[in-house]
This record gives sequence, structure tokens and C-alpha cells, in this order.
Amino acid sequence: MAERRPSARHHILSVLVENRAGVLSRVAALFSRRGYNIFSLAVAPTDDARFSRITVVVDVESTPLEQITKQLHKLVNVLKITELDPVDAVERELLLATVSAPPERRSQVIELVDLFGGAIVDVGAEQLTVSVSDTPSRLDDFEDLVRSYGIIELQRTGRVALAKVDRTPSRLRSVSGRIA
Amino acid sequence: MELTGAQALIKSLETEGVEVIFGLPGGAILPVYDPILDSPIRHILVRHEQGAGHAAEGYAQVTGRAGVAMVTSGPAATNIVTPLADAYMDSVPLVVVTGQVGTGSIGTDAFQECDTTGITMAITKHNWLVTDAADLPRIVAEAFHVATTGRPGPVLIDVPKDVSNATMEWYWPDDPSAGLPGYRPNLTGHPRMIREAARLLADAERPVIYAGGGILKAEASAALAELVALTGAPVVTTLMARGCFPDSHPLCLGMPGMHGNYTAVTALQQADLLVALGTRFDDRVTGKVDAFAPRAKVVHVDIDPAELSKVRRADVPIVGDARSVIEDLVVALRAERAQRDDDGRAPVDLAPWIATLRAWQERYPLRYEQVADGPLKPQFVIERLRDLTPDDTIVVSGVGQHQMWASQYWRFDHPRTWVNSGGLGTMGFAVPAAIGAKVGRPGSMVWAIDGDGCFQMTAQELVTATAERIPVKVAILNNAYLGMVRQWQEMFYDQRYSEVYLSPDLPDYVRWAEAMGCVGLRVEDPGEVDVAIEKANEIDDRPVVIDFRTDSAEMVYPMVPAGHSNDDIVVGPGMGEGGH
Repeated sequence: MAERRPSARHHILSVLVENRAGVLSRVAALFSRRGYNIFSLAVAPTDDARFSRITVVVDVESTPLEQITKQLHKLVNVLKITELDPVDAVERELLLATVSAPPERRSQVIELVDLFGGAIVDVGAEQLTVSVSDTPSRLDDFEDLVRSYGIIELQRTGRVALAKVDRTPSRLRSVSGRIA
Repeated sequence: MELTGAQALIKSLETEGVEVIFGLPGGAILPVYDPILDSPIRHILVRHEQGAGHAAEGYAQVTGRAGVAMVTSGPAATNIVTPLADAYMDSVPLVVVTGQVGTGSIGTDAFQECDTTGITMAITKHNWLVTDAADLPRIVAEAFHVATTGRPGPVLIDVPKDVSNATMEWYWPDDPSAGLPGYRPNLTGHPRMIREAARLLADAERPVIYAGGGILKAEASAALAELVALTGAPVVTTLMARGCFPDSHPLCLGMPGMHGNYTAVTALQQADLLVALGTRFDDRVTGKVDAFAPRAKVVHVDIDPAELSKVRRADVPIVGDARSVIEDLVVALRAERAQRDDDGRAPVDLAPWIATLRAWQERYPLRYEQVADGPLKPQFVIERLRDLTPDDTIVVSGVGQHQMWASQYWRFDHPRTWVNSGGLGTMGFAVPAAIGAKVGRPGSMVWAIDGDGCFQMTAQELVTATAERIPVKVAILNNAYLGMVRQWQEMFYDQRYSEVYLSPDLPDYVRWAEAMGCVGLRVEDPGEVDVAIEKANEIDDRPVVIDFRTDSAEMVYPMVPAGHSNDDIVVGPGMGEGGH
């Protein structure tokens, strides 16, 4: 079984691509063709409908990572690649889980979901479907804790990430034209 | 002006200056073949789609312009996959147009449908599935732009039949890169890196310029000659670079690599500086990477950033067009020299290094022995061909022993006179590529040097050559074997020859050539070689095939065994490593 938790070999790449048919396939094909392992991948259009952002977590040492980014850059539809250091990035991932929750244990499950700031999104006689959105490592913790109640089904989205905003005080530099 | 998609496609090719299309029609591309009748573009009807692709490659390699091939959907598209992969490996600019089933049928497993863009994604620089006839001029302009700029390569345009039949309002885009925001090749080298490279060159005692195919793509031969004149550094020319720097120049060491000559291989091993220009440290050049040029610093210039430090870490990586960077390097080196001169520092004397190289050349020349009444040696055939043909003859080869001998024994003194399949190693490349080369440079004599195994893979294109009056010449070095495989079985599999025997006379190459409208000749004896070549040289109204019956036992030397260090080079039969 593939390891579940990201390790030091994992790198987060944020790839800005043209929002065109087949682009995801080009990116995914490049990874398999060059023998790189994708740990997780999330893709959606950005606020500008002409572009999509692919957040991909890859499983490599740092030298091949340079090769990956260079090879990705060669794809005509790729505009920009940013490697996000987890320290300098905000990351979020969404988890959906259907959990066994008979009436006598239901409140415990709800309490756990509350602790993680999650929500109950569907309710059945013996089961609850819950959603939690948090950092990938917090979701790992939630997953471990909720497992004891019995996970029926679980799906995670893979992380999305953005670089942290610059905290330099604005008075120290010109900001004209910087904030659109 | 309202045009059909098909008319717009052909008009776009005309606007791009295309003079010839190599192709073969079929169902899904039928609409596009109709306006070809009214176009000034010459269409050459091949007998197999693979031939169209390789011919377009041959054309591109001798002209520097994009080769164009056009075929239908499904099996035609898959037949041209090999040339696409070949062109991708060797950075050959190619624009391939394929027909596709109508957009409404895509994904239904329709007749002659295949996922052409999906199949070719990993072996093209980019590809396009056209979904609107109005996009055609833009996409054609983008396709030529992508194929021919930056690191050149093949592109593919997949055109569904209904898109060809639809109508559109003609236009031509002003700027082909306008719709390609993610494609901006970097042409100019970083000035600081170039200064650093100049400093290393000025310091080096044992420099070697390691010139690759990028010199030819960038038309950088003159710039390279200037760099050599300025530095006095020796040059090795890789298999893809033969002819970029003249073999007749005293500082040209010839081909390095697995079957390179001792001096070229060992110069790289002993160098203290490699100036790698438009080359990619291919495994056939480096041998065991960890043991390659162990004491050398590396300046690596390539237009493709992904090549820098891919195989060997570069001390000075420079992204840029080879010609532009070399020209800047010459300027920087002059400035560095002037500065040192002002500082009273004498330039490094390369004479001891050059003397070492000369001694190796003398001690370990390429060699073979042709006995007057003995079996015909393939190297002898190549040397006679070389000496009996004009200086600017274009040589095209397939893949295997004959290719290595051709590269070793020919004397390439002009850029774009050597056409072969380097990276992919595509057997059967020679005949169709020679046809494309002759079409691109009709004024030059074109000789294909082919193996018997290779020839059998694509010989049918000689029918194309005869029908289209393209007088190429083919020298088959017929040793009755898949010779390179035989050589490996002899050396590494204890002479257990498995499935490599082909027979010298099945097929009968002379009668086969004649059946295809060529002149067929046979040479079995060393004394007949010159007469046959001279006769072939005089024939200019049809193709000629000479079946040279060569010695099956001959092997390609020198050889660096696969996976070994280049220091383990074996220079000849019965010799140990390192030529001892």
C-alpha cells in the first residue's frame, strides 16, 4: 500500500495552466512518462476563466524536482509553476466521510466533527456523512480519530495551496499598481 | 473571403511558404486533398505513411525548414507515430497534419478512428485537435512557430472531417505567438554566465568543445569556427552534429561516444573543461555517467533549460540559442583576454594538450584491413564512396553498424550534409529520409548508406522516388545480418546468434530495385567498387541501388561496452581495454 502521509520527499507545485481541453491530460502524461509519482492532484479554474490552477503534490527528491518543473515548463499550455514550501504556503483539503453512527454513539461523532470545525452534511438512521476542511495533516488526525467509529466511505480532494501573502508593511515599499 | 476548412488549411500552408507535402490520402483527410489540386504546393505521394514522416524529416534536416507530412486518420496516424517519435528525439521541426473522424463521431470507435492527439502527446512538442474551422489559420501559424523556434521539434494538427468541410472567413494572424502565452523560448544567454564561461575557457589547460546537433539547428557553424579560432580548443562533433565543424579542420577530433574514435572519446575523458554546445549528454556519448569526464568542469549551453544538469551537473549552465551564446562568448572571451593581458597574465598554452591529442590520433587511428581479393569490407565501400562523390554530397543513413561506419569514415565538411536517426535509432530511416533530402536540396547528390536489415523496412519508398523522379542513390552494405545485433551477440552472448541472419540474396536486391524502377547493381569484389559507384554517380534520371556484399564478420570499433566507463574503450579486435 502506498504511504498515506506526505514525507520530506513531497513537494507542492502550483501550476498555472491554460484552461483548455486536454491540458490536465498533458500534465498527468508528463508525470507518468518521466517516471514521477503524483501523490495528490487538484485542479479547477481560477478566478480568470482562461486559466486553471493545478495543485500537485509530487513524491521526489529535490534534484528530480528541478527536472519536473523544467519539463512542465516545456508544455506549451503551462504558464507558471511555483513550488510552495509548506512553511510559506496556506494549504487546505476537503474530506468527506460516511461514518457509522448508531444513535448511542452519534453524539460522540458529532462532537469530534465539531472539534475539527467540520459539518454534518447528511444524516441516516445508522450513519452520518461529515465534511471537514483543514490542512492535510489535521485531516490525517481527524481520519485517525474517526476510524474507531467505523468509516464506511471516505474521500479526500487532495490539497489546494497558495503562497502566503507578503507581510512586509506596505509603507516600506511602493504598492502602486500592485493591488488589482 | 469565405473558404472551407480544407481550403483554409492549404492556404495556411501556402502562406507559411510550404513548398512540398509528403503524404498519402484517405477517408478522413479527403476534403483537404481536393484543394491540393489547385495549390502550387508539390505533393509527393508516398507508399506508406511512415515514409511520409521520415521524408519530411530528411527534408527538414537538410533545409532547416519545417518538413510537412499529411495523412489520414486511424492507421495512417499510427503509422506516422514512429517518425514523430524520431523527430522528437532528434529535435527535427515537423508539421504533421492528420485527418480525424467527424467531431460528432469522436469517441464512438468510428471507422478509422483513433485518439491521435492522445497517442502523440508524449512525442510531439505540442499538438492540436481542431474543433472549429475558423481556428485553422491560427493553429497552422502556431504549429509552424512552435515547430521551428526554441528547441525545434515535431507538432501535429488533427483535423476532423466536418471541420475541413465547414466554412470560415479567411484571415491570417499577425503574431503566431499571440495565442501561446505559455510558450516563450529564451534565446539570449545570461551575460554573467557567459562571462563566467569565458573565464573558465581562459583558465582551461585541456578544454574540449563538445558540439551537438544544436549547432546545426541554430546555424551556429560560423560562430563555432570563430570560437575555435579564438581559443584553439579541439572540437568533438556528436553523431547529430557531424558536419557542423569540418572534419578536415586540424582541431576537429571527430565523433565521441560508444563507437567514437579513441582521441575524441579520450579527449572528453581527460579534459579539464567541457564546453557543451547544443548537446544533451546522451548515454551513447557519456557511457557510464559517473565516470564520464571526471575531472572536467562543464559549461553547458542549450536552448532547452530541461537539458541543463539533466544528466551531468553543469558548473555554468547557459540557456540560449547556440549561435547567440557563442557569439556573446567570443566577445566575452576577447574582453577576458584583454583584461588578463592588461594584468600581465600570459594566456594558457594549449600546445601540450594538442600534442597529447596528436599522439593519440597517431597511435589509435580508425582502422580496418581490405585485402585485395578478400571479402569486401564495409569501411572500404564508404571510403571509396566518400572519395568518388562531390564534396557536398548529402549522406543519409539508417541505424546500426553501417550508420556508425558512415559517421566514422565519411569526411563531413559542410553543415546539413549528414542525415540520420540518432536518438530513437529508427531502422528504415534512410530510404525515405534520403528522398526528403533530395527534394529539399535537389542540386546536391544524395547517397543513402543503408544496411540490408534497414533497407527491407522501408524500401517501398523507392517506388515513390521513381514515380516522382527523385534520383537518390542507395548503397546497401549487405552483410546478410542484423549486423549490430550480431555484433552484440558475438561479444556479449558468447557468439550465440539468435534470430539475426537475413541471407545475402533473399530478397534479390538488384531485381527488387529494378522492379521499383531503379537501376540495380551488385558488387561482390573490392575491385568492382569504384566502377559501380562511378556508374551510379552518372545516373541522374532515376534512383540507383547498389547491393554491396560485405563481410558479415566485420565489427564496429572502437567500442565502449554498454554501461562501462569511456576509459574502457576497446579500439580493435583482439585488444584489451584502453587500447592495450
